[in-house]
Amino acid sequence: MRFDLSDEQKAIQSAARDFLGTRYDIRKVRELAETGNYDVSIWGEIADLGWTGLAIADEFGGQGLGMVELAVVLEEFGYALAPSPFLSNAAAGLLLQRAGSAAQKQRWLPAMASGKATATLGVLDGKGRALVPDAGIASVIILVDGQAARLVEGPVDKSTRVETLDLTRHYYPVEGEDGELLEGDVSGGMDLAEVALAAELVGVSQRAMEMAVEYAKVRTQFGRPIGAYQAVSHRCSTMLLETESARSATLYAAWAADSHPEAAPMAASVAKVAAADAGWHVTASALQVHGGIGFTWEHDLHLLLKRAKVDGHIFGSVSAHRERVAELSGLPSLVPEGVQGL
Amino acid sequence: MDLTLEPSEQAFRDELRAWLEMNNPGPGPEGPDQQFEFRREWQHKLQEQRFAGLSWPPEFGGRGATLMEQAIFGEEITRARAPMPANVLGLVMGGPVVIAHGNAEQKARFLEPILNASEIWCQGFSEPDAGSDLASLKTRAVKVDGGWKVTGQKVWTSLAQYAKWMMLLARTDPDAPKHNGLSYMILDMKQPGVQVRPLRQITGESEFNEVFIEDAFVPDENLIGEVGQGWSVGITTLMFERAGIALASAMTIKQELGELATLIRERGMDADSVIRQRFGALVVHAETMRLNSYRGLSQAIRTGIPGPEGSMAKIQWADINQGLTELAMDVKGADAPLADPVWGYRLLRARANSIEGGTSEIQRNILAERVLGLPKLR
Repeated sequence: MRFDLSDEQKAIQSAARDFLGTRYDIRKVRELAETGNYDVSIWGEIADLGWTGLAIADEFGGQGLGMVELAVVLEEFGYALAPSPFLSNAAAGLLLQRAGSAAQKQRWLPAMASGKATATLGVLDGKGRALVPDAGIASVIILVDGQAARLVEGPVDKSTRVETLDLTRHYYPVEGEDGELLEGDVSGGMDLAEVALAAELVGVSQRAMEMAVEYAKVRTQFGRPIGAYQAVSHRCSTMLLETESARSATLYAAWAADSHPEAAPMAASVAKVAAADAGWHVTASALQVHGGIGFTWEHDLHLLLKRAKVDGHIFGSVSAHRERVAELSGLPSLVPEGVQGL
Repeated sequence: MDLTLEPSEQAFRDELRAWLEMNNPGPGPEGPDQQFEFRREWQHKLQEQRFAGLSWPPEFGGRGATLMEQAIFGEEITRARAPMPANVLGLVMGGPVVIAHGNAEQKARFLEPILNASEIWCQGFSEPDAGSDLASLKTRAVKVDGGWKVTGQKVWTSLAQYAKWMMLLARTDPDAPKHNGLSYMILDMKQPGVQVRPLRQITGESEFNEVFIEDAFVPDENLIGEVGQGWSVGITTLMFERAGIALASAMTIKQELGELATLIRERGMDADSVIRQRFGALVVHAETMRLNSYRGLSQAIRTGIPGPEGSMAKIQWADINQGLTELAMDVKGADAPLADPVWGYRLLRARANSIEGGTSEIQRNILAERVLGLPKLR
């Protein structure tokens, strides 16, 4: 048993940390966030590194690596708070690969693997609308409606972009009832997308926790670093606990997706709930540790806080995943027979 | 990442599971004394298979089990709802201390009676004025001819009423810095200077005792390690037990969540979305505790040293037990106030979980100081 990254996986992690840390220095992140841009040249480099095809099978021009490797890279994207369509494109790729027909996969996956085209994914609300990340640049948009999913041609008009809390990612409202159905395992594909999202949230939490801990070591009040006071240090310990719990759950869900499919649905829901809760709790708690400076626009913490909040509300809802966990753990289904849940 | 068991571990688990299916004696008789004798018999059966003293080297009658096998044992014996062996403190703490720090005579004298439960062990660390700040303990051991005269008071001493031996931490040098003035010795409980009084808990039962020690004698040959080394002798072994215990605890929580799901259904609360959300949140929390424990175990196996991460599972364990029993009371609704040997009892017993074995506050100190590198206030 090895509940830890292999040496190869650690090498991917360290390469991603180095690359993203230099390309998405926090000043660069802020500049992109405030001007509402992504950086197309960095996308080209990401594609050259092969990351756009990381979890896409060899036959479609990808690297054919697993969910664990993708989760490792996504955590680093979250840690860097990179303004990039990487998550939406990777999540759509996972869903397409799991639930698409041979023809659908042949049409889209090679272009996605090479970075020449991007896809994205959104979950329809009860009114037939979805808030879709990066739909203004995606060649194809997957709209998920319960157990069904359809491919809609993209991109949508960039002027339809709506302002969200998260300045580092671009969202568009998309409506649609038409489009080609994905006839495969949509639920399994969405589980993969949720694990991808959870991995990003772990990275965001890790970054916020590190910022809080560093600040608690240097900020002095009443003649001591504030981290010496238990009201502050215990807050930091709780951040650690929640971040590590989310990381354990995400790594396990990624491993289960690759190697232990019967545990994958439950593991994906656990990861989503743990990571979404951790993301908000840890970033909000980090703001509290920073005190007044953490509430200013000039401090970088709010960029993380906002990413964490919005991440917690895209794809499936946290309460739906908690409900699914309850049902998989011995409570009877609330959904009448013949109707599929989540 | 690879969470599959090695073939040898799989074989160990299968063998153990099959053996437990055949030999599990069930819950046993009512009454603490009858229950204790029943568990003594059970330990004999475990010992025949070398399942008692699992981690002990074979030359001392153990199985030399790996950390992973110990964790599997904890998980399986809990899964089977089999009793714990009678001399549990001797097996997981006293014996390993003697093996690691004792001399040849001490090993010959103490180990076999621990394994066969003919001599029960208890642990004398905590005192009324030394709880979280354990190293400030005051029980004095004064050098006399041929040994030590010990005077002081210990508290939260489980099994003291049955014990022949106490693992005693006593202050042998009151002038040394507090961690350096302690020594680890083995105190004979069956002498006039030692009095045991049961401590009644908020549950009404008595799992623990107070022990009053007045001019009790410990011969020189019962000192373990050197004089003044008591802190490191006593504390290092505690960490090694965490990994296995965390997985057994995660299994217990899984079983109790199953019982809670049954209660929710029986009480017709299974369509209540608030109850369902709270239940789902508890399962998520329990699952992350289990996974954190596996991660900690994996790290301990590779590095040989359990990390301070064990503190995370300890905090989670207490939080989950308390949340689980609180939810059960809400599910019981109008019946919640009634005395109940299952959920009412567990509700009260769970309040100790964030205190016993190191409070949740102390665990958070450990994480803050040893993992995050935050400064100490002290």
